[in-house]
Amino acid sequence: MIYYDKVTMTYNGGYPAIEDITLGIDPGEFVSIVGHSGAGKTTLLKMLFAELFPTAGSVYFGSREIASLSQKELLEMRRNIGTVFQDFRLLPTKTVYENIAFAMEVAGKDDDEIRADVPHVLELVGLPDKMWSFPRELSGGEQQRVAIARAIVNQPDVLIADEPTGNLDPINTLDVVEILKRINDLGTTVLLTTHNKGVVDSVGRRVVTLDQGRIIRDDKQGKYVL
Amino acid sequence: MTMWVTTKRIARYGLIGFLRNGFVSLSAILIMTTTLFVIAGLLVASAALSETLRQLTNKVDVNVYFATDADEEQVLAMQRSLESLPEVALVSYTSREQALSDFRERHKNDQLTLQALEQLDENPLGASLAIRAKETSQYESIAAFLDAQHQAPGGEIITKVNFHQNKAAIDRLTAIIDTSRTAGFAIAGFLILASILIAFNTIRLAIYTSRDEIGVMNLVGASRWYVRGPFVIAGILYGVVSGLVVLIVMYPIALWLGPASERFFGTFNVLTYYTTQFPLLFLVIMGTGILLGALSSLLAVRRYLRA
Repeated sequence: MIYYDKVTMTYNGGYPAIEDITLGIDPGEFVSIVGHSGAGKTTLLKMLFAELFPTAGSVYFGSREIASLSQKELLEMRRNIGTVFQDFRLLPTKTVYENIAFAMEVAGKDDDEIRADVPHVLELVGLPDKMWSFPRELSGGEQQRVAIARAIVNQPDVLIADEPTGNLDPINTLDVVEILKRINDLGTTVLLTTHNKGVVDSVGRRVVTLDQGRIIRDDKQGKYVL
Repeated sequence: MTMWVTTKRIARYGLIGFLRNGFVSLSAILIMTTTLFVIAGLLVASAALSETLRQLTNKVDVNVYFATDADEEQVLAMQRSLESLPEVALVSYTSREQALSDFRERHKNDQLTLQALEQLDENPLGASLAIRAKETSQYESIAAFLDAQHQAPGGEIITKVNFHQNKAAIDRLTAIIDTSRTAGFAIAGFLILASILIAFNTIRLAIYTSRDEIGVMNLVGASRWYVRGPFVIAGILYGVVSGLVVLIVMYPIALWLGPASERFFGTFNVLTYYTTQFPLLFLVIMGTGILLGALSSLLAVRRYLRA
């Protein structure tokens, strides 16, 4: 369902951030992408939600090449990809409820659906009583769980988690990994980047290892090896 | 999802953003209030200036004095031919008798002059015509016409045209009027431009603080108007609130300055201007505020809206 075809991406004039990458991901997979800082993990993900475009090669989502999508199709595609980041990226002037509702509104859900689904998804990430708090009133772990709730509330086909545990303590890290696994069990494809060995080993699924912009390992039942 | 639901949601987020970003909204409103005050002040000042200029212009005229033995019919004929000139706005006739009684009235506290007048057998004053031009610059050609009449046969009934005495004053007044108009427009233009740029920049900074938020909205897949709309609404709200503040605060100021302005300008009263021209003021102030707020927001948010 996701396919990188001989993709190279070079930032303005410098060394290629990723070079000649071919990678296929099937529906329902849980793929951990590991590597040192600067190995190209984030660049690889950014091309999936069209924040970056490859300088050579193509990226496919479903049967469509992302670079060929119209503005409208691009928005629709983004609504079909949930994203979670190291720095949470919540809307600071909106409450937890509104943050999640915003993603639903953007996807065209009506008010009744929103009122029903938001408490439900907060339950799923274990934050049912923080609905009316603002992001600044929450701990890092709680904020990340809100971000995950927002990412999955529209039941996307793919969840992208870019270093989601980078700012969290070990307990919260474990919680977040558990939530990601649960989401994957419900059928969502999960792409996780991390350089946390513990996280990768506790997931125990497919591991793709990047080094200096190239894939150096791709293990079906991988461990963190670098 | 209907247009109506989308519009409602955008409007609600605009209002929420306006209220929750209290400090940012406050500073944007303060700057915009200042801008609108400058514009309102210029409106009033230009009205006062044109009213004063109109009065001054009205005070300028050319007087033609006739000999005491001039036939009244000849004078009235002259009046008719003057009135037919395109430059002439008004010609008023003062008869010999009227001139005498005006003279008496003017000198009623001056017994010596009045006694001297009594010594004369007959009225020493001639009839006169006071000519007012449509524009101060047109007195030159009217005076030329009168000079020609003076030279022509039968022109001896004219004893004096006071244009040449007034010419220096009229020329200076014309120059002052022209210069103050040009300078007034230039200063007004400069002030308005400067305050608009400051207001624009403040709103841009306000939105700059939200650039991460805009990035997140893009990422979630929000459409262009779903992101821009609330900022534009907030910008319009800055304009509405600032406009109302200016219009409300102007009233006590006009009340306070009213009598003083009338003493200073003659007939122009700030309070009368405020009450009679309120619809115009309302339209200009609110219109500028709303337009400025909406446009600044739109331009600023466009910068941070990729994709």
